Amino acid sequence: MDSQRLTLLSRIKDSDIYFSFIKSPTAIVSSVILIIIFFCSFFVEFVAPFNPFDPSSLSLMEAFTPPSWSEKGMDKYILGTDGQGRDMLSTILYGSRISLIVGFSAILFSLLLGVTLGLTAGYFGGKYEMIVMRLTDVQLTVPSILMALLVDGIARGIISRELHDEMAIYVLIFAIGISEWPQFARVSRAATLVEKNKDYVSASTIIGVSNILIMFKHILPNIMRPVLVIGTIGLALAIIAESTLSFLGVGVPPTTPSLGTLIRIGNDFLFSGEWWITFFPAIFLVLLAFSINLLGDWMRDTLNPKLN
Amino acid sequence: MKTKSLYRILLTLLLAFWVSSAWAANTIKWSMQGDSLTLDPHAQNEGPTTMVSRQIYEALVTRGLDMSIGPQLATDWKATNPTTWVFNLRKDVTFHNGDKMTSEDVVFSLLRAQQPSSDFKEYISTITSVKALDEYTVEIQTKDPNPILLNQLSNIFVMSKKWAIENFAVVPQNWDAGQETFSATNAMGTGPFKITLREPNTKTVFKKNQKWWGEVQHNLDEIHLLPIANASTRVAALLSGELDIVTDAPVQDLDRIRSSGTHKVLSIEQMRTIFLGMDQAADKLRSGNTGDNPFKKKEVRQAFYQAIDIEAIKEKVMRGLSSPAGIITFPGVTGYTKELDERLPYDVAAAKQLLADAGYPDGFDIELRCPNDRYVNDEAICTAVVGMLGKIGVNVSLNAQTKSKHFKELKDNQGDFYMLGWGVPTLDSHYVFHYLYETDASWNKVNFSNAEVDAAIRVMEGEVDLGKRNAAIAKAWKIVKDDIAYLPLHHQVISWASKRNVDVPIRPNNEPLFRFSNKR
Repeated sequence: MDSQRLTLLSRIKDSDIYFSFIKSPTAIVSSVILIIIFFCSFFVEFVAPFNPFDPSSLSLMEAFTPPSWSEKGMDKYILGTDGQGRDMLSTILYGSRISLIVGFSAILFSLLLGVTLGLTAGYFGGKYEMIVMRLTDVQLTVPSILMALLVDGIARGIISRELHDEMAIYVLIFAIGISEWPQFARVSRAATLVEKNKDYVSASTIIGVSNILIMFKHILPNIMRPVLVIGTIGLALAIIAESTLSFLGVGVPPTTPSLGTLIRIGNDFLFSGEWWITFFPAIFLVLLAFSINLLGDWMRDTLNPKLN
Repeated sequence: MKTKSLYRILLTLLLAFWVSSAWAANTIKWSMQGDSLTLDPHAQNEGPTTMVSRQIYEALVTRGLDMSIGPQLATDWKATNPTTWVFNLRKDVTFHNGDKMTSEDVVFSLLRAQQPSSDFKEYISTITSVKALDEYTVEIQTKDPNPILLNQLSNIFVMSKKWAIENFAVVPQNWDAGQETFSATNAMGTGPFKITLREPNTKTVFKKNQKWWGEVQHNLDEIHLLPIANASTRVAALLSGELDIVTDAPVQDLDRIRSSGTHKVLSIEQMRTIFLGMDQAADKLRSGNTGDNPFKKKEVRQAFYQAIDIEAIKEKVMRGLSSPAGIITFPGVTGYTKELDERLPYDVAAAKQLLADAGYPDGFDIELRCPNDRYVNDEAICTAVVGMLGKIGVNVSLNAQTKSKHFKELKDNQGDFYMLGWGVPTLDSHYVFHYLYETDASWNKVNFSNAEVDAAIRVMEGEVDLGKRNAAIAKAWKIVKDDIAYLPLHHQVISWASKRNVDVPIRPNNEPLFRFSNKR
């Protein structure tokens, strides 16, 4: 057991990924920030000083309290409160969890869809490949935000109003997911085209391994590197897309605000000098997206230099 | 030769610029958060809708800048007996298309406003007959002596009969049923401005009516109405000079607008009370989880009432620009008294106790319906109410939507618990009772019904002895207040923000009168 763990650890230490990671300060800093954000969002119930969605803990009289370091600030509200008396820090942490859940689920959804289509298209070729690839071309001409708005609008029309608030988050995941899959499909098809002519695939075919097994057991692990790189950068895009949609008022309902909803709410108070209501969620979003992007850049350089 | 033609072109261009800039100087760009719901003058009795109609349509009598009643299309009138009124019309009035306005049009418009699809039928429900005595004389008969007939007539706009017949608009648009008619997007009135472009929720252009009968007291050529729903966008547009006036400046931005140096802010207590309605008749709430209707019990309604910290709403949501209300009417209206306007105290413990006494110690679920582009900070008030009711264990889900959907669904009997605001254009309590409290009245969506109140409303309509009439009003107010038929919140204060060189006199009913407006 011990020796096994040691070898695993030493294998990681010996790997070129680890080497390039410790040589890259940006990668270290951004992953530390991301770990902190993920931890705080995941364990928000224990980390956040208040539960902003428990109405009995709110006091409207404490609304619009500025951050604690300013003149009228209160110590218990480090980043101040919003127009309903909710602690900004807590709402941001709760909001970032929703943003992250939506971002991760959406990117997972588009990854599954895109890789499945791209892998099969690259492997089988023929008319099927042509149809799938033309489909991605068509979809790439539609801006992803527009696509997401379209899906959201249709879903609003179909889903009954009572269910809408509950379904909003799933609609959002689907809307963002469906607008991002062509990237995955293109990259995985290209990688599959390279892989399928290699000897190990020919060997598998000769000994009679089924197509499905070849695709998902043999080719898939070999095309995962570029897919993961795109996935990481796509995660930042998905989080921003979620915020954009929520900012436009078609995302998650205001009762369960995500970062984008928080920025939208705060936007109303920009002129009146209550800058912290929109500033801190916005800064948090920038930090989150920037860290993911930096990490994604590093991953691209290390895992797939060809993409550069 | 070449340089000469170049000069010519330049000169023409310069002239064109000069003319267009001089022409643009007399355009007022006006914005508010929502648009008029329809141009049909009798289809919707709603603030912004009337605001727009008021510029293009006129009534027999009207309220001036000081809110007193004066002549408009009628020059004078007299009551030949207690139930018969004779109005003499102006002889020099033409519609926007040049047709003469005669008594035919007045009779047609009054009868049109009494049709079932009209939202103004309650205003003139006491009128039994309207007839033209000659081309410029109209006789109106009422069921009983009506002391407030003139107040009511000031909101019944006169439209062209010929135009209405030609364009299949004889009956008012049935707005509640979602009907679309020619009259909903076009208008043919006699007012000082006429509509030249109508794009609902985007842009409405009013042009000066060159043939208007009255003495022109404005210097405007055009008014552009550009509704902008988002508060900060509206303020940004005003501050950047894109707009000239905003008739619902957000309370949080007033200081910023004042400090700009190029803009001014006017505030006035508006004739409008904001309140919450609770359906007391349904056997089972549509959005509840108890299987019954808790609002049937007065204790529950009172618990809701006492759970609301109206002072906190005033200070934080309205930034001081509201006055807490005890009844749905305001100073200046016949029947208003300070005692009636007192609120029950804010008391969370008492509210919890009342809820427990009523049999709901753990509260219940309910949906609160709100407009989000109608009243000052409407959605924020509702969000605050959700939090306050949460403290007594009532789990409220908020459904805030645009006013056209909110009002339509409310009229469609879809609301258990909703926000509404009520102005009193007639400045008489009768208007409030007739619309909000009378059994089966069109806006009585709490389904309040009380025989004594109904009887008092009849007295208000037919009693000319002011002492007896006031007694009936006072009695009716006491009944509905004690019963907590509605949950009053506050009287709204409105603020208009405009450029310094734009003078649009502010009025407590929030209606701009552009015929008295100037842009220097």
